[in-house]
Amino acid sequence: MDEVADNLDVLTRRRLGGTKISGLTRLTAGASQEIWRFNVIANGGETPLILRRAPGGTRVSETAIGPEIEASLIQAAHAAGVPVPIVRWVLTEEDGLGRGYVMSCVEGETLGGRIARGETFAHARTVLASQCGAALAATHRIDPAAFPTLERLTPLEFVTQYLDAYRATEWPRPVFDLAFRWLLDRCPPPPESPRLVHGDFRNGNIMVGEDGLRAVLDWELAHVADPMEDLGWICANSWRFGVEAKPVGGFGRREDLWAGYEAAGGVKVDPDRALFWEVFGSLRWGVMCSGMFTSFRTTDPVVERAVIARRTSETEIDLLRLLAA
Amino acid sequence: MQDHPHPSEIIAAVARFLKDEVAPQTTGRLSFQARVAANALEMMTRQLNNQPAAEAVELASLKVMLAMDGDLATLNAELARRLGAGEIDLTVAGVADHLRATTLAKLAVDQPTYWGYRAALNERSDKQEL
Repeated sequence: MDEVADNLDVLTRRRLGGTKISGLTRLTAGASQEIWRFNVIANGGETPLILRRAPGGTRVSETAIGPEIEASLIQAAHAAGVPVPIVRWVLTEEDGLGRGYVMSCVEGETLGGRIARGETFAHARTVLASQCGAALAATHRIDPAAFPTLERLTPLEFVTQYLDAYRATEWPRPVFDLAFRWLLDRCPPPPESPRLVHGDFRNGNIMVGEDGLRAVLDWELAHVADPMEDLGWICANSWRFGVEAKPVGGFGRREDLWAGYEAAGGVKVDPDRALFWEVFGSLRWGVMCSGMFTSFRTTDPVVERAVIARRTSETEIDLLRLLAA
Repeated sequence: MQDHPHPSEIIAAVARFLKDEVAPQTTGRLSFQARVAANALEMMTRQLNNQPAAEAVELASLKVMLAMDGDLATLNAELARRLGAGEIDLTVAGVADHLRATTLAKLAVDQPTYWGYRAALNERSDKQEL
C-alpha cells in the first residue's frame, strides 16, 4: 500500500495536475483487477479518482483485453455516447505502478442487490432497462476496425470455446452437456454485421444513481461478435439478485431494454436470438464459476475462489428451468 | 474412537466466531473476507450432513436410468456423454426429474439462499399439489 501511495503521489504531481494525494483506499472488488480510490489535492480542493490496475500491477488474465486497450475502448465508448468514466492517464512503465489506468470517479451504486431492491433506486428502476438498451446501442456503434486485437467470434466459435473450457475441467456436469447440445442445435449463423460488444454488460458492472444509469464499467471482456449477445447476457438469472420477475438485471423488462436499444439506433431485436444468448449467458457464467476451481487449486488458493466455484450449481438450476420451459 | 465434538460442530463454531466476532470488529476487505470464510464453513457443515444420503439416492437413480453399473463419477460421466451426444434429452422418462433432483441436492449444500433454487423448490411443491 505504501508503494502504491508513494508512486501515486509522484504521478499526481507529474501527470494529474495536483500536489499530492489523500484518502487512498483499496475498494472491495474483483479477483481479476485491483481498484483503488484516492483524492488528488490541487488548489486547495480534492478530486476523487480511481486507479484500476492488474493484480499486483502485472498479472493480466489471458482472457482479458489488457488495461491499455481497455482504456482506449472506454475513450471510444465516451465518443460514441456511452456513459463511462473519463480516462485521465494510462500507466507507463516509468510510473512504477504496473499496468492500468487512472479515471474519474463516478459516484453511485454498483452492488446489484441494492440496485435491484433498494428503496433509493425505485425511480432509477423505471428508466434503467431503457437506458441500458440505449447504452448498448451506442456501444455497438464503436468501430471494431479501430480495435484489431480484440477477439472476433462467431456464435459457434463462442459456444465451442466455452465447451472446450468446460471439457478441460474434466468434471462431469450433465446439465452443462444438455445445455451445450441445446445451444449447438440452435446456434445462429454469424451475424451479417458483427459489432464491438461489451462482453460483460450486466447488473454489477454498471454504476447507477437515483436518476438511473451513470456509467458502464468493466470493459475487459470486450470482443467483436453478434450484438444480441450483450442483450441476452444482462437477462441471465444470475444477475437478477432475487427479483426474477424483472429479467433485465432484476430491475427491468426485456421489452423496455429492446425498445431502448432500437430507439437509440440498435438493430431490430430478434427474441429467439436474445433467448439463445440468455441461455448461453447462464452456461457461460457457470463455466466461468467452475473455472475458479482450477485457479483455486493451481495458482490462487483463496476462499473467495472456492466459494465462487461452488456457485456453479446456481447456473445448473437456471439452465434446467430455462430448457424445461 | 475419535472424541467429540463432531467435525460439523467445530466447523459451525468457527463459522460463528468469524461471523459474530471477526467480521463486526474489522472493516473493508478483511471484514468481507471473514464473512466469505464463515459462509464457506457453513457450506461444509451442510455438506457433511447431506452428502452421504444425497449421493446414495443419486447413484441408485443413475443405475436405473442408464441401465448400467459403476461408481458415481463413471455414471455421471456417461450421463453427461449421452446428453451431450443427444442420445437422450429431457423428453426421455426420468431424465428431467433426475437432473432436477440432483441439482437441487447440490444447491441445498452450495447456495440454499439462491433465488433460482427457492423458485425451483416452489415450482416443485406447486407440481405436487396439482
